[in-house]
Amino acid sequence: MSSLDTNLAHEALPERQSPFLLFLRRLSGNRAFVIGGSLFLIVLVLAVFADQIAPFKPGANNFRARLEAPSAVHRFGTDHFGRDILSRAIHGGRLSLFIGLSVVLFTGVFGTLIGAASGYFRRLDNILMRIMDALMAFPAILLAITVAATLGASVQNVILALGIATTPHTARIVRASVLVVREMEFVEAARALGASHMRILFRHILANAMAPLIVRLTYVFASAILAEALLSYIGVGPPPPAATFGGIIANGRDFMVEAPWVTLFPGLIILVVVLGLNLLGDGLRDVLDPRIRV
Amino acid sequence: MRDYLLRRLVSVIPVLFLVSLMSFAVIWIIPGDPTAAFLDASSTPEDVARLREMLGLDKPPLVQMAEWYGRVLTGDLGQSILLRIPVLSAILERLPLTLLLATLALILAVGLGVAAGTFAATRRGTWADQSVMSLALLGLSVPDFWLGLLLIVVFSVQLGWLPSGGYVPLLDDPLGWAKSMVLPTITLAVVQVGFIARMTRSAMLDVISQDFMRTADSKGLSGLYIILRHGLPNAMMPILTVTGIIAGALLGSAVVVEQVFALPGVGRLIIGGILSRDYPIIQGGLLFLTVIYLLINLVVDLLYATIDPRVRLE
Repeated sequence: MSSLDTNLAHEALPERQSPFLLFLRRLSGNRAFVIGGSLFLIVLVLAVFADQIAPFKPGANNFRARLEAPSAVHRFGTDHFGRDILSRAIHGGRLSLFIGLSVVLFTGVFGTLIGAASGYFRRLDNILMRIMDALMAFPAILLAITVAATLGASVQNVILALGIATTPHTARIVRASVLVVREMEFVEAARALGASHMRILFRHILANAMAPLIVRLTYVFASAILAEALLSYIGVGPPPPAATFGGIIANGRDFMVEAPWVTLFPGLIILVVVLGLNLLGDGLRDVLDPRIRV
Repeated sequence: MRDYLLRRLVSVIPVLFLVSLMSFAVIWIIPGDPTAAFLDASSTPEDVARLREMLGLDKPPLVQMAEWYGRVLTGDLGQSILLRIPVLSAILERLPLTLLLATLALILAVGLGVAAGTFAATRRGTWADQSVMSLALLGLSVPDFWLGLLLIVVFSVQLGWLPSGGYVPLLDDPLGWAKSMVLPTITLAVVQVGFIARMTRSAMLDVISQDFMRTADSKGLSGLYIILRHGLPNAMMPILTVTGIIAGALLGSAVVVEQVFALPGVGRLIIGGILSRDYPIIQGGLLFLTVIYLLINLVVDLLYATIDPRVRLE
């Protein structure tokens, strides 16, 4: 940027605003972010306060009320054990969101470490990226099913499976932005000042390469929830009696004709969460990464 | 172009090596003895020994691996434990259906996605743009297996228009074949339509703001002609990228859709293999699908180089 540009920028902004406040103001003015955030927040509150909000216990059988249609008592109807679908869906949301968040943490940590190492230490680049290429060559969902099934159905293994399936792409994204930032002058300045590799990498490069990662992680959250539902549906998710979205849908599959609500409502909730997260991601992308704003 | 092709082919080799290594390693990740799933209380130690020998587990790991590579390179993927037929023939028997399903879905997704994305881009900011893009976002947020189940309830159970699953061979009954493919194709395509529409819209918006588009407009060319002749070709690169990614994703999602609609494809074979711990099927199936995926990526890269000569020189 030439000095002329900088001057113009200063003239255009008479009083300097803190970057963080500016960021918040842009976010709150972004429709996708606000709508997506609200949708996600609603489901999050339901999940966190599941015990207080859910009208019934998620595992409570009631054989006198099997496969009941939605009514004032059971707003989403009941399944073949007479369990309240609304309560199961709310509790299922808790587990599904927990799994999604854990996958985000997993891929955030490992994707950042691998991507940063590979973008900064050029000697590691080739070997790390070839391994990531190989992992990416497996269709992600198939990789997740294989890992989850071979390790055995449990919450931890689902997280591990989805984490492994989503990390390579995240690493690529971090690497790409590290490659750009590492050539910038302030990095050279830090190096000239004698900063260590770790300090340069974490304080200077990664701090400035966060935007694409944050956007990516929002989408990872969305796809982790979809994938977890799928794993549970196929039967390699968290084992029963745990309620997850996919597990409830799988239960309803055999009663789809006489009791479609068992399948319908949990799927709708997945749709709302994932839609919310995708909108959130779109909003963050527009605000954080104005280059790709359309 | 020949140099580029050669370079690109050579770069596939290390990935191929790693992929095959990972496919093989499946048998080591599993906790416990891989044979345990196939034996019951009545199995004698001799049965265990026979199964271990059949799977080659009685040899040291490195020897196992070397033998596996030796066999794979000659096209022998081993014997399925449950089906008791060679893995390769089990896969080849089911591959046409999976490829057909993925291809139909790809055609539908690209056709509809590019049309919707272009439509939205030319009406940027209007309610038409916003509704098309909202639909696209809805499409890529929907769980595909759930959508498949809903489609079955509506179109098979309630309306009775289409079969709820199962496969009818094309040569036996062409109409029945077409009917059996409609719901799976739609289910598979919906998510990808959303991706392609979004990518097409943003690529087209980039192109629309270019000078040559204004020139074409000031020459008095019709709007549709400008979009088709000058707009789309210049927006092709990102669309192609996304199509390549999607072709791979379709192979993965086809697995799921085959499961929902009870279609006897490779995906169903692999899931069956995974659930019943039929290792030769898992190893062979994974390797096979990944090699196809790598081939698709190779073709996409070569298409790039054909469309955009700059890519060859990088």
